[in-house]
Amino acid sequence: MSNVLIVGELKNGELKKISKEITSAGRKIADALGGKVTALLIGSGVEKFAGDLGAVGADSIVTVNAGDFNAETWANLVAGVIQDKKPSVVLVPHTSQGKDYSPRVAVKVGAGIVADAVGLSVDGGKVVAKKPIYSGKAYGNFKITSDVAIFTVRPNSQEVVQKAGAGATEAASPSAGDAKVKIVSSDLSGGNKVQLAEASIIVSGGRGIKGPENWPVLQGLADVLGAALGASRAAVDAGWISHSHQVGQTGKTVSPNCYIACGISGAIQHLAGMGSSKYIVAINKDGDAPIFKVATYGVVGDLFEVVPALTDEFKKVLG
Amino acid sequence: MKIIVLVKQVPDTETNIKVGDKSINEAGIKWIISPYDEFAIEEGLRLREKNGGEVIAVSLGPDRVQESLRQAYAMGADRAVQIKVDNYVPFDTVLTAELIANFAKAENADIIIGGRQSIDSDSSQVVIQVAEGLGIAHISFAVSLEISGTSVKATKEVEGGTQVVETSLPVAITAQKGLNEPRYPNLKGLMAAKKKPIETKTPADLGNPASKIEVVGLEPPPPRIPGRKLEAADAKGYAEQLVKALREEAKVI
Repeated sequence: MSNVLIVGELKNGELKKISKEITSAGRKIADALGGKVTALLIGSGVEKFAGDLGAVGADSIVTVNAGDFNAETWANLVAGVIQDKKPSVVLVPHTSQGKDYSPRVAVKVGAGIVADAVGLSVDGGKVVAKKPIYSGKAYGNFKITSDVAIFTVRPNSQEVVQKAGAGATEAASPSAGDAKVKIVSSDLSGGNKVQLAEASIIVSGGRGIKGPENWPVLQGLADVLGAALGASRAAVDAGWISHSHQVGQTGKTVSPNCYIACGISGAIQHLAGMGSSKYIVAINKDGDAPIFKVATYGVVGDLFEVVPALTDEFKKVLG
Repeated sequence: MKIIVLVKQVPDTETNIKVGDKSINEAGIKWIISPYDEFAIEEGLRLREKNGGEVIAVSLGPDRVQESLRQAYAMGADRAVQIKVDNYVPFDTVLTAELIANFAKAENADIIIGGRQSIDSDSSQVVIQVAEGLGIAHISFAVSLEISGTSVKATKEVEGGTQVVETSLPVAITAQKGLNEPRYPNLKGLMAAKKKPIETKTPADLGNPASKIEVVGLEPPPPRIPGRKLEAADAKGYAEQLVKALREEAKVI
């Protein structure tokens, strides 16, 4: 029997879309392997999401009552559930939390791990994970040979498919252990309204926005689209916006459905971070800018005219 | 204070990658230290300058990684160690971490520091796996770090902002951009680095851990949806076309 465990993720008490994405992906794998899908949710009051995950293929939901995220205790809790449920495949979000606890889980349960998978298929009873490598200039396919195989999955890479599972809930209380790292304080004021690495639409600005006073032009469009605000290294290094907005090699890797690059020339380090976006819109005065080589739709024009017009047009059609 | 810095050698971002069956064609590749590991080396050097002790640069791979170790020497590392693996699979994080953890255990290291991820695999796994292997604390995505005595205080990037965290040595750290500005090696340092010894360890010296990853194959990236430049008389015209294209053709908004 080859059962799949997915580890969901919450933000501010809400279920993240990635949780549904990996549940759907887990369902497909379980169907191919003839197994069940268990979704694990850690937090308080998480039982209420059982229906949401049942609707996209979870046969059962294991809930673990816990306080704020801490990588060490989360790793203990996830490993405890793996040891109890003995899945052969575990899917974890490739998010900042997932990246923080998944390495410890892999070592604790003696599992191999492939991180940042964008494709999951089954071949010969084993999952084959596809991941972009070398800054997206190649893709690798990997299998894991240990009894438990862990994959961290890139947000937006998996489709959410409605497919009813039983969705039965069960509470578990594995040992959280003690954390060696204590969280003293948190400052969550500097971030995006919409999380950059998981956003399905990103409006991003570069040197062409000319100064920090002009972000509202892009934020206006982002707000209409429910998009995250991104930036190129040039804009971050100029001090126009914080590093948490940076997309690219020394920033975040993103794979949105739509990436709207405004005044971004498209240096190779930037393309390394956003090249796997499904659709790319480039708005730039310089028609020879490298960004146009990867853009699905290119507009050679002044972003200060085109972006507000685009905001108005979207306001009209999106009501 | 014994500080191990992890130095991964990766193809330069600008290098053209030619995909072979199970690995890339290395002919013509320019190799560099993964940019996040440069932050790690710099932080290791600063910690030593403040607290004393030694910085040991460790790199895993075939003999070409010695070039990156010499760069770490030129920046100021005290020792350089190559974990000599000729058939190097840069995606096998569990194997890599086990080798490094066994090395760190033998050295009785106080601090292990590496980049938040390497730019060839983007896995963000090795340093934290080393921490787990050693049973020590880890702090990921560090943007500031203060160590005095055995107490460790750091600011780490988290989703939506930052957190201040505290722990005590030994600790493993992953370096995020913002932690520092890596120094450039000077000419004198580069010349001196040429003569310094590079210690070699083999997997057999480090417990011979088994791989848990099988490379099925590599392939070129999927073809992009063909693009086109839009033509319009004014901004409003562009906006109308874009909205139509994104809603009716791409169906993404």
